Amino acid sequence: MVTVIYDGTFEGFLTAVFEVYEYKFSSVNITTKERFQQNVFNNHHESLFNEEKAARVWKGLTAKISAAALSQLYKAFLSEETGMEDILLKYIQYAFAKKQTIESDYSNAAVLTVIQTAKKVYREKHRMEAFIRFQLTGDGLFYAVCQPDFNVLPLIEKHFKSRYADQRWLIYDSKRKYGIYYDRFKVETVQLSFDEKTNNGKNIQIMLDEKELLYQQLWQQYFKSVNIVARKNTKLHIQHMPKRYWKFLPEKQSDAFR
Amino acid sequence: MSERLMEKLSILADAAKYDVSCSSSGSSRKNENKGLGDAKGVGICHAYTEDGRCVSLLKILLTNHCIFDCAYCVSRKSNDVKRAAFTVQEVVDLTINFYRRNYIEGLFLSSGIFKNADYTMERLVRIAKKLRQEHNFHGYIHLKAIPGASDELLKEAGLFADRLSVNIEMPTEQSLRLLAPDKNRKDMIAPMKYLKGAIEENREDKKIFKKAPLFAPAGQSTQMVIGATPENDRQILWMANQFYDKMKLKRVYYSGYVPVSNDNRLPAIGTPVPMIRENRLYQADWLLRFYGFEVDEIVNEENPLLEMDIDPKLSWALRNLQLFPLDINKADLSLIMRIPGIGVSSAKKIVAARKFSKLTWDHLKKFGIAVNRARNFVTCQSDVFNRRDWLPSQIKDKILQAGKSKYSPNFSPQLKLF
Repeated sequence: MVTVIYDGTFEGFLTAVFEVYEYKFSSVNITTKERFQQNVFNNHHESLFNEEKAARVWKGLTAKISAAALSQLYKAFLSEETGMEDILLKYIQYAFAKKQTIESDYSNAAVLTVIQTAKKVYREKHRMEAFIRFQLTGDGLFYAVCQPDFNVLPLIEKHFKSRYADQRWLIYDSKRKYGIYYDRFKVETVQLSFDEKTNNGKNIQIMLDEKELLYQQLWQQYFKSVNIVARKNTKLHIQHMPKRYWKFLPEKQSDAFR
Repeated sequence: MSERLMEKLSILADAAKYDVSCSSSGSSRKNENKGLGDAKGVGICHAYTEDGRCVSLLKILLTNHCIFDCAYCVSRKSNDVKRAAFTVQEVVDLTINFYRRNYIEGLFLSSGIFKNADYTMERLVRIAKKLRQEHNFHGYIHLKAIPGASDELLKEAGLFADRLSVNIEMPTEQSLRLLAPDKNRKDMIAPMKYLKGAIEENREDKKIFKKAPLFAPAGQSTQMVIGATPENDRQILWMANQFYDKMKLKRVYYSGYVPVSNDNRLPAIGTPVPMIRENRLYQADWLLRFYGFEVDEIVNEENPLLEMDIDPKLSWALRNLQLFPLDINKADLSLIMRIPGIGVSSAKKIVAARKFSKLTWDHLKKFGIAVNRARNFVTCQSDVFNRRDWLPSQIKDKILQAGKSKYSPNFSPQLKLF
C-alpha cells in the first residue's frame, strides 16, 4: 500500500492522480499533508503540484465525461470529506478504463458516491446563496461571515458577482479562514487580519452604517409578521433552517430577547 | 419615523401572508449594465418562518384599505383592524435595502382595493416601474393583477413584473358569490385571458427578435382557498387542471383556510387549518404537472376525495393493481414514474443505470427510493422479493404499519394525553 500525499488543492489532487498512473501504483490511497499520519508499515510518496500533469488529467477526463460530470467531480472534492480522494480516484480510473461514458452508472459505488456527495455540496452552496446576510459598514462595504459545512465559496462567487454587480462585498468563511472580495470589477480570494478595535472581528457593530440596525430590525419585524401562528410547525422550520446557521441570521437573533 | 414604518410593515406584511405563493423561480431576467439583482434561474428561499413556510420575496400589501367585503379575507371592509398604506418610496426603499443584504429575491406586491381596480393597479405598476427604471433593479417582481383592471395597465405590469397572478379565491362560482358578493368570476378570468394571450405573443416575438422586451417571463399563477367552502377534491383539482390546460398557468396554489372571522358562512375561529388536505392536493398537483397523470385518474366520480392517510399516487396504484408488478429493469420511464415511492429523479436514475447492470434491491435502496412503498409494486434482479396476491387493503395496511407518516398522530384512534 502506497500513500500519495498532496497539498490539498484540486490541482494538487489532479497531479497526484497523474502520478498514480506515472509510477504505476496499484494499491494506493491519496491524502493531504494535514491528514496524513506516518505509519511504519506504509510507503508514502509526496506529490508536488505540477500544472502540466494536472492539466493532462483534466483534459483526459474532458474527453471521457461531460461538463456536468466534471463539475460533480469538483464539487465532491470540495466536500473535504475523509477518503473522498480515494473515491474520486476510483471514479477517474473507472472513467479512463471504459470506452463509453460511465457518469450515469449509478450502480457503480464510486460513481454513486461522487454524485451523491456533489449533491450535498450543491445543497450547501444553495444554502449559502440563501443564508448569507450582508451588513453594511460605514465605508459602504457589504460584509458577511459564514461557516459552511463544505468549502463552497469557490462555487458561490459567480452567483454573488452577477447579483450584486454594483456594490462592494466581502464574504468571509471563518472556519476556513479566507474570504472572497468583490470590488465592483473582479472577485479575489483574500485573507483577513482583524482589528483589536472590533475584538478580532467579533464585534463589528461600531463599524456599521447608521441605517444598518434599522434594516435588521425591519427584517426581524417582517419575519415575525409573515408567520401564521395557527400553522406552527417547528420541525419543518428547523429542517429547512438548521440551527447551526442561526447565529448568522438576524431574523433568528431577536429570539434571544423574547 | 422609523416606528411608523415598522408599524406599517407589521400590518401590511401580516395582511399579505395569506397569499401562499412565494416562488421566485422561472424568470429569465439577467443583471444588465452593472445594475442590482439577477432573477434568472432557480428560486431561493432565504428564510423559513416558524410555520415552516418559505420566505423568498418581500410579500406585502401596498395598503389594507379595501372597498370589498369578502368574508374569508382579513382585510375585508367590515373587519375592525388597523389600516395602513405604504408610500411608493417606502416600498422601493424596503425592497432595495432588503435585497442588497441578501434577505430576499425580490418583491411580491399586492393590495387592498381602494377607489377602483385601475386606480389600485396603476399604483402597483408605478412601484415596479420605478424599481426597474430608476434603480436599475433586476431582481424578481411578482405583482397582483387586480380583477377589473384595464388591458393597458396589465400590459404595462407585464413589462416590469416577472410574474403576475390573479387569485381565483374560491374553487367554484357559487362559493365566490356566497362569500365575496362584490367580486365576480368574469372579472377574474378576463385579466388571466388577456395575460395568457400577451405572454404567448411575447414568446413568439422573442423567437424572432431576441431583443424583444421581456413580458412576465415567469408566467402567471393563481390561488384558491381550500376548506372554507364545501367543494370536494375532484372539483378543486378539475378546476386546477383547467387552469393549467386552458390558461397555461405556471402554478395553482392551494391555501388551507385559516379562520379569521366569526361569520357563520365560514368555519369558526379555532377550526384547525386543513393542512393534510392541502398537502395531498399539492401532491396531486405534482402528479398532474410532472408525472403524466390525468386528473380523472387521481379523482373521479367514484373517488371524489383524496385519501388523507396515503398519498394520491399510492391511492391510484392500489386501485389499479392489475398494472403491477412492473419490472424495474424493463418498464418504460413513464411507467416507472407511476410506481409509489419512486420520484421523477429516482426513475431517471433507474433508467440510466440499468444500461450498465441489472438492478437489484440494493441498488434501488441506494438511489433513495421509498422501498416500503415501492416493494409491493415492482420486481427486480433479486430473489428476496416476496410479493403475494395481497388485496389492496392489505397492502395499504402493511405500508401504513411499516412507515411512519408525519401525519400518523392525526389518524391514530388512540388518545394522546401528554
